[in-house]
Amino acid sequence: MNFSKAKFAAAILAVAIAAPTAASAYELTLPSLDYRTGPYAPGGIPYANGYHDYFNMLNQRDGGINGVKVNVIACETGYNTKKGVECYEKTKNAGSGALVYMPLSTGITYQLIPKVTADKIPLVTIGYGRTSARNGKVFEYIFNPPATYWDGATVAVKHATDIDGDLKGKKIALVYHNSAYGKEPIRTLEAMAKQRGFELMLLPVDHPGQEQKATWLQIRRNKPDWVFMWGWGVMNQVAIKEASSIRFPMDHFLGIWWSGGENDVLPAGAAADGYKALAFNAVGSDFAVHADITKHVYEKGVAIDQSYAARIGETHYNRGIFAGVLVSEAIKNAMSIHNTKEPTPAQVRDGLEALNITEDKWAELGLAGFTGPVTLSCADHRGSSSIAVQQWDASAKKWNIITDFVAPLDDVTAPLIAADSAAYAAENNITPRDCN
Amino acid sequence: MAFDLFLLEVIVTGLLAGVMYALVALGFVLIFKASGVFNFAQGVMCLFAALTLAGIMEKTGWPAWVAIPLTIGVMIALAWLIERLVLRHLINQDPIILFMATIGLAYVLEGSGDIIWGSDVKVLDIGLPQGAVDWLLDTHNFYIEKLEIFAAVIAAVLVGVLAIFFQKTRIGRALRAVADDHQAALSVGISLRTIWVIVWSVAGIVALVAGVVWGTKSGVQFSLSLIALKALPVLILGGFTSIPGAIVGGLIIGVGEKLAEVYMGPLVGGAVENWFAYMLALAFLLIRPQGLFGEKIIERV
Repeated sequence: MNFSKAKFAAAILAVAIAAPTAASAYELTLPSLDYRTGPYAPGGIPYANGYHDYFNMLNQRDGGINGVKVNVIACETGYNTKKGVECYEKTKNAGSGALVYMPLSTGITYQLIPKVTADKIPLVTIGYGRTSARNGKVFEYIFNPPATYWDGATVAVKHATDIDGDLKGKKIALVYHNSAYGKEPIRTLEAMAKQRGFELMLLPVDHPGQEQKATWLQIRRNKPDWVFMWGWGVMNQVAIKEASSIRFPMDHFLGIWWSGGENDVLPAGAAADGYKALAFNAVGSDFAVHADITKHVYEKGVAIDQSYAARIGETHYNRGIFAGVLVSEAIKNAMSIHNTKEPTPAQVRDGLEALNITEDKWAELGLAGFTGPVTLSCADHRGSSSIAVQQWDASAKKWNIITDFVAPLDDVTAPLIAADSAAYAAENNITPRDCN
Repeated sequence: MAFDLFLLEVIVTGLLAGVMYALVALGFVLIFKASGVFNFAQGVMCLFAALTLAGIMEKTGWPAWVAIPLTIGVMIALAWLIERLVLRHLINQDPIILFMATIGLAYVLEGSGDIIWGSDVKVLDIGLPQGAVDWLLDTHNFYIEKLEIFAAVIAAVLVGVLAIFFQKTRIGRALRAVADDHQAALSVGISLRTIWVIVWSVAGIVALVAGVVWGTKSGVQFSLSLIALKALPVLILGGFTSIPGAIVGGLIIGVGEKLAEVYMGPLVGGAVENWFAYMLALAFLLIRPQGLFGEKIIERV
């Protein structure tokens, strides 16, 4: 009896010792801070599906990245900053160790900046987050390609100028989500208002933004020439309906890229026709990548959200793919720079700084004409940037890109970024690193 | 002159927005009035009802006149389930225990809605009028939303029907008896269980009405459950036990917050709407803790 007990104990011990060896097969671990529940789920779901599907496709089609499997670990944040931080703490040592974080929330980004910097894990915020993190000398682990909210603000003003000519004496209203996210563009717009002589009206909308009558009454009274919107979730749908109700010209109503999803315009029906939004990637599913995703992921029945099949190619979904491409290319770079198949997060940081996705490269990846080139460096964590304007066609239920992809006005934002990042460095005793 | 017209527009819009809040507040009042329970799940019930309606219409393609009775059926079944699984076991417990149970219920309902219907935005179009009233806007440059006028009519009808129900019918009187004292009501032969199923069913139907109006406005999505936050100051102001109180409270909050946002907002950086409603409610609490029309509770110790 005793003998068999001892044998049993030895067997357990053997399994316990062997288990870590078995589990230690290296996988590229990418936590994905998703939000599929709560008030912001309609924006969170398409993006998360795009991100998951892209890596799923790489695993199915190519066996991962350079033959190493990718393990995307989903963690639900509900777009709640506190839960986002919990997700970070829970997943940073999961699997073979987290390589990159993408929280899809400016609130969570702000909380994670000091944490990822201490843990040396890159935080990539695609078209959101802290604008001054563009300065890679101060924010070593934070990246914000291919566009920041300040860039968005400059392109919005540029678009208004292209349509209406000189903005001197004109009025622009900013309707914004009253949060870290919505407040981001104010500084740039204020600087541009001074430079270009337009008047800026600031109209915050509290979370969640289900009721905005007072905001739109003010717009009715003050008759701005343009309304820019930094909205997210239900705020977008309500604002678009209200704008149409007060008969605000929809072609002078321009949202940031997060206010330009299909879910934002569809509930408003015909009323949303002509509404515009900024974009840093193309919409639609006519790309080779989408065909591969359909073939290798949905047709095999291995998608994280199988019911989504008919919707691939939506704006936020494509943004998830965009994020996936940046991360996978950075991992490839890290592998080749450091000559390893098992990169560390710090090595992936180097890979991100070496990103150089030219138009040819986008085409090679199955995304010809999807967006402009993305080139990052040690000092410039946003890199080259291309932003276009898309417009909603309500009868065809389709977004159309109506301008070229243009570069934002860096001369406006560069001094603001320098000042803000210098202040951050001073506050946190950071000595800017040498990038030469 | 134009300025005065704008002021009038703000006031009218405020009144109509207030009616929309009152629609949500009504559900709270009903359950509190009839069972002394503050139903934390009322906001989620609005969401669940609208989600069920939009979901049925989307999945089956059935018209609204089929889907609405079906949804009402679901809400009645839900009331029965709540009585069976939750309330029945908590008879004669402290109100706070029942309140805690409704918090749990809110999570269960929200989760079930998510599992059954998914968390994407659903377009809800049952043919309610939408957009501005065109002739007013064209002729007088005066802006009112059609949907809100419709909501006001619905609210008036609901209040009328509920008032008759509570004052004139046997069940209505029984409901009020239960609210006053569970045990005493039981001792005179009122079936607490039946009453609870009835009142939760009625609250479910009221939640459907509120959910449909709000869901038509913004699409049915999970932020709908947060409109309960808008109903709270209305309840504090109007009193937890008064149906007319919910309406009057809604109107005061609606007008108050719109005036504050439009005229005070620009001076202090905007977004005052939400906290202003609570400040107003708080100020009222200091003067009339039972609300405008609530019953004054005097407890002897």
